[in-house]
Amino acid sequence: MTITDAPKIITGRFGFDDSHTLERYEATGGYDGLKAALARKPSDIVEEVKSASLLGRGGAGFPAGVKWGFCPPGVFPRYLVVNGDESEPGTYKDRLLMERDPHQLIEGVLIACYAVGCSQAFLYVRGEMALAQERIAQALNDAYAAGHVGKNIHGSDFSVDVVLHWGAGAYIVGEETALIESLEGSRGMPRLKPPFFPAAKGLYMQPTIVNNVETLSNLPWIISNGGAAFAALGAENSRGTRMFAVSGHVKNPGVFEVEFGVTTFRDLLYAPVYGGGIRGDKALKAFIPGGASAPWMYPEHLDTPLEAGTVGKMGTMLGSGAIVAFDEDTDMVKACLRLVRFFARESCGKCTPCREGTTWLEMILQRIVDGHGRPQDVDLLLDVADNISVGMAWPPTQTTICPLGQSATSPIASAVMRFADEFEAYVGGPAEITVEVKGAAFVGPVGEEAPVSA
Amino acid sequence: MSRFDGEFLATANEIISRYPVARSAMIPLLHLAQEQDGYVTEDAMEHIAALVGTTPADVLGTCSFYEMFKREPVGRYLVNICTNISCQIMGGEELLHHAEETLGVKSGSTTSDGLFTVEDVECIAACTEAPCLQVNYRYRHRISHQEFDSMIEDLRSGRLDDEVPPHGTVARIRQHIPADRAAGPADPVATPEPVWLSANASGEETGS
Repeated sequence: MTITDAPKIITGRFGFDDSHTLERYEATGGYDGLKAALARKPSDIVEEVKSASLLGRGGAGFPAGVKWGFCPPGVFPRYLVVNGDESEPGTYKDRLLMERDPHQLIEGVLIACYAVGCSQAFLYVRGEMALAQERIAQALNDAYAAGHVGKNIHGSDFSVDVVLHWGAGAYIVGEETALIESLEGSRGMPRLKPPFFPAAKGLYMQPTIVNNVETLSNLPWIISNGGAAFAALGAENSRGTRMFAVSGHVKNPGVFEVEFGVTTFRDLLYAPVYGGGIRGDKALKAFIPGGASAPWMYPEHLDTPLEAGTVGKMGTMLGSGAIVAFDEDTDMVKACLRLVRFFARESCGKCTPCREGTTWLEMILQRIVDGHGRPQDVDLLLDVADNISVGMAWPPTQTTICPLGQSATSPIASAVMRFADEFEAYVGGPAEITVEVKGAAFVGPVGEEAPVSA
Repeated sequence: MSRFDGEFLATANEIISRYPVARSAMIPLLHLAQEQDGYVTEDAMEHIAALVGTTPADVLGTCSFYEMFKREPVGRYLVNICTNISCQIMGGEELLHHAEETLGVKSGSTTSDGLFTVEDVECIAACTEAPCLQVNYRYRHRISHQEFDSMIEDLRSGRLDDEVPPHGTVARIRQHIPADRAAGPADPVATPEPVWLSANASGEETGS
């Protein structure tokens, strides 16, 4: 076990009933980071955040400070867009940060705007999150009245409006270019990159930084305590602390802020202070390490640290910090169908491999679950998946504009390669697998050699 | 009533004024129309088109992409039951079937008294609290079939009126930017380098 006493950087106020109020925020060091930032040059703040090695907490895991540096020099205005469209299955942390500590997020937004030179910020909250929208609206109203946001913040020459914006139900809008399309009033369909990298051509074709809620919520602490103090926590590329939602068949599901890079999956799933073990003391069958898009992991991987690079090398990802545990009784074919159905429903329809592929995958899986599947359907699932993400390698190859389509192939390859016997029980015959699967995480049953090496 | 009137029109104009490009207000205005009428009417879409300077077809295009917008009336209470992975393995599908049986409607339809619409929805970010649901976007965590039944009774009797507004109203608190505190929207073609950036770039020190 590697449970550490790392400070609660972003969930420290969660214990207070009034953690969302300006009074509580100001009484607990609130807006001190912004004041400290305004006394320094914007370029110093960028360096401070770079020194923290803060990886983006949205899913892709790109270093935040480096991302800020991609804005072309001399092109203005720049915009900041906050991605609060949390909807990756299994993910539950940004909603908590928005509901319970909205001022911390607003302060992070302001620090980022000051550092990057953004003339306006838009805080895009998922449409279904009514309480988060209310808490942020109230927090912004209070922060404006107190002089923390708006014109000449804290008497300085730093002026920026933070506008609350809200969505209307579409998973794909969590993809940053789709988010920008949506913020421009359009259907949330991703843009081609290049040329539409947001930092170069984003909102209204201007340089735009899109940062996740959890990422920005770390900034007040980083500025108050220094990037070095943040980077002193964690290991390798994974520094600071991070929130993980542990759900599924554990005794004590919950959202935990733990030291990044050193805490292990076993800690989160089994430690009494976290997941507390599998309910009914059953055996663990598999777990999703980073949201619905991530290839699955298995009991033999429990001692892996929650370190982005390490998990990436194993052929999967920490993604959005969403860990879902399956006990030994779980029907993995049904679980696979539910995950694939999600991607089929949420495909925006722009690219053919994703629109058609996810739909066919769902239909084939549905007929298997309904008892009408044929033995060759198991190989057919891999074949369709292979046409969405050629070779099913890791990192995945992409035949589409955004990663949604290839994400649907993760549960397919995971379920088929590891639990082929469960598919065979449904289809009533041996599944002859001819499609080559290259991702390292897509392994066969324990004790057998993986069908195809990584 | 379906074009914006009175207070709703004033709110619509206030929302538009926060954006550098009016079309960005489209989704918030569609929500506002739904708040006024319970669903998005064709008249409302025409009015939104006029307000943000686009065509009604463009507004329909956006409206039809997003699941929260209903273009025909739904129940006073929209009961959204999550059946995605964390809820599925903790009884979300059984909860959906229980709801369908209790209310006598299939997912996607509305009870004949116009009170309840049931939907089977994707992950709503309460995965550690499975199975979960939302009624008009207000959460119910780790809900048993019995708790579901009492919730329905409470909604029917009006006991939850304070907590759960009628369908269409999402957030009940709105952002207001006071005129004397506003920095103003940043026009994409006419906003220069921010002063705090240019002043510091010229080597001027503002302290430590």
